[in-house]
Amino acid sequence: MHSIKRGIAATVAVAALALTGCSAGGGGSDGPVELDFWAWAPNVDKVVEIWNEQNPDIQVTVQKQDGGDPVITKLLTALKAGSGAPDLIQAEYQKIPTLVSSDALADISGDLDSDVADEFADGLWSSVTLGSDAVYAVPQDSGPMMFYYREDVFEELGLEVPTTWDEYAEVAAAVHASDPSRYLGTFSANDAGWFAGLAQQAGASWWSIDGDAWGVDIDESPTQQVAEYWGGLVEQGVIDNKPMYTPEWNAGLNDGSQVGWLSAVWAPGVLSGNAADTAGLWRAAPMPQWDADAPATGAWGGSSTAVTTQTEHQAAAAEFATWLNTDPEAVAAMADVMGIYPAATDAAAEALTTSPEFFSSQEDFYDVAAEAADSIAPFTYGPNVNVTFSAYNDEFSKAAEAKTTSAFLDAVAAMQQITVDDLENTGFTVE
Amino acid sequence: MTTTASTRTRVTAPRRSSAGSSATTLRPSPIATGILIIGALYCLIPVVWVVAASTKSAGELFSSFTLLPSTHLFDNLAQLSAYRDGIFWRWMLNSAIYAGVGAIASTWVSALAGYVLAKFTFPGKAAVFSILLTGVLVPGVILAIPQYLLLAQLGLTNSYLAVLLPQIISPYAIYLARIYAAAAVPTDVVEAARTEGAKEFTIFNRIALPMMLPGLVTILLFQFVAVWNNFMLPYIMLGNDTLFPVTVGLSGLLNQGASAPSMYTLVIAGALVSVLPLVLLFLLLQRFWRVDLAAGAVKA
Repeated sequence: MHSIKRGIAATVAVAALALTGCSAGGGGSDGPVELDFWAWAPNVDKVVEIWNEQNPDIQVTVQKQDGGDPVITKLLTALKAGSGAPDLIQAEYQKIPTLVSSDALADISGDLDSDVADEFADGLWSSVTLGSDAVYAVPQDSGPMMFYYREDVFEELGLEVPTTWDEYAEVAAAVHASDPSRYLGTFSANDAGWFAGLAQQAGASWWSIDGDAWGVDIDESPTQQVAEYWGGLVEQGVIDNKPMYTPEWNAGLNDGSQVGWLSAVWAPGVLSGNAADTAGLWRAAPMPQWDADAPATGAWGGSSTAVTTQTEHQAAAAEFATWLNTDPEAVAAMADVMGIYPAATDAAAEALTTSPEFFSSQEDFYDVAAEAADSIAPFTYGPNVNVTFSAYNDEFSKAAEAKTTSAFLDAVAAMQQITVDDLENTGFTVE
Repeated sequence: MTTTASTRTRVTAPRRSSAGSSATTLRPSPIATGILIIGALYCLIPVVWVVAASTKSAGELFSSFTLLPSTHLFDNLAQLSAYRDGIFWRWMLNSAIYAGVGAIASTWVSALAGYVLAKFTFPGKAAVFSILLTGVLVPGVILAIPQYLLLAQLGLTNSYLAVLLPQIISPYAIYLARIYAAAAVPTDVVEAARTEGAKEFTIFNRIALPMMLPGLVTILLFQFVAVWNNFMLPYIMLGNDTLFPVTVGLSGLLNQGASAPSMYTLVIAGALVSVLPLVLLFLLLQRFWRVDLAAGAVKA
């Protein structure tokens, strides 16, 4: 009995030794300010290197994370635990209301110069302020939606580039009629951000804020119109109903069975990765329009740089976020090595003069993009985007399988109901 | 209660099957063989897929025939090594540290705990064992966030220890060690050593531990594989990508946001490289399983 106790004591001592041995190294108080930056965009660390060289007093370390929802869950866990969160985080625009309602993002309005707002389009700026006087992030990149098509296939079939959705439907039917395995595009039940962008173009704004109360406007005419249109195309079978970003879809882009893609300005990066054989065959065009006299477009993707509430160096972090997204050298580097479309309008126009390599045959690529970026319709995200987006995946997977217009409209109604119920259950006031 | 448990476990403990089994040779049943072949194919086809896919270039990956190999294995490996200045190899090293240190520490702790539970009587023993059995039923995944919150209070998150400490205690490994200790360490030997004046810790280290070795190799392999393949715990614990194990690192290559393509070819090549140490470990440690569990004990 005696020696058992000694054995346990020895085990505990070993564990304690291990603890004290490795927990040192918390960082000295003298020396440069050290900031951690959680980001997922490829090559962001190369842009940060430029900052670190120029600013020996504020050293930023990029810690690459999984993009999308996982990094948000991880951030919220770290904030709840009271330690382990980074100073800066790359946050998609649709995540900002969620993060703000969890008190995760610092209000940096006091740390920014008043002219920072002028660098960005009004629509983008409102998504980092949520329409208030506070500023929760600095816009980093934007994703104006554009229409991509295989120029060679269009020429072969003698088709014109569609400028309205009616024309798009006609072209889709013509493409499918020429070869039953060929589609002009697919309705993806996996990409809620894509569908939100399409609804945004039609004039939808899924949430609204009125004081402390949230409004949910998903099941309204603009979104219904979009759902009815796509439901009709899927019902006729002229549009594919398989999700994007699957191996099959990648193969389809590469072998020419997908001859078009409604995507965003960042598409060249994806196409060059997934459809390497089709280099030089694609062209970018503005989105087809509902009303050709009042052109509008949606946004898909895009992210901002935010400062977390756990940082001890808010001013330094805000200074870095401003530099990264407005300094001409940084913006040029982002456009160049990260392949993103920077949110700072003027600096981006200066940096983006030559078309992406994958689109080398199209000289006006960035003119088309700039036009699209100017016409992004306003859209407000709410605090439970994740719930709405997963409702989209669930409901529209069923609808895409059912292949009926009425199933598409039911899915929109279900998204509305699920979103409102969730807001009420988590204690928000809903109008 | 405890005696019945230990006799029962003694019966189920693995024994050398070759010993004195010249009596009957069973004829293989075609149905059983067929089921086993289907099972083997089920397990092996994904491996064949990884091997074939890792030799394809990005353009071929989704367009050429699935199981048809190509010639780009070394290109893929070179690209993987070049990715962010070779951070993949840093992840492999991290995985080796987590799995190596974690498995050895966990095996030693499990052996000690299992030995004590099998060979000593003390108040609360039944309660300790029941709690351990309950622990076997709780999946490690759901403990990751509570463990994160606890380690955050100690300021240990985002460090090697954050991943190592929670994996040292494994209820299942302790349970196995208890069964092996009960079967492989005769109480007579322990008592004889005590009579000779050996200290308890010496008995454990010098006598019980070697007797339990074949069982401990099983636990070691088991723990090594569990830690090597663990995703959730390091994923939650670590923010710094230079501390990532290979599982978390590769997942990051697939999730770079909607605007960047997933780096499938690198991830598949990385997956192939990351299973090699496990294959190697199994081949090297296999021979220990042939050692008789009772080797070194006094013959009755």
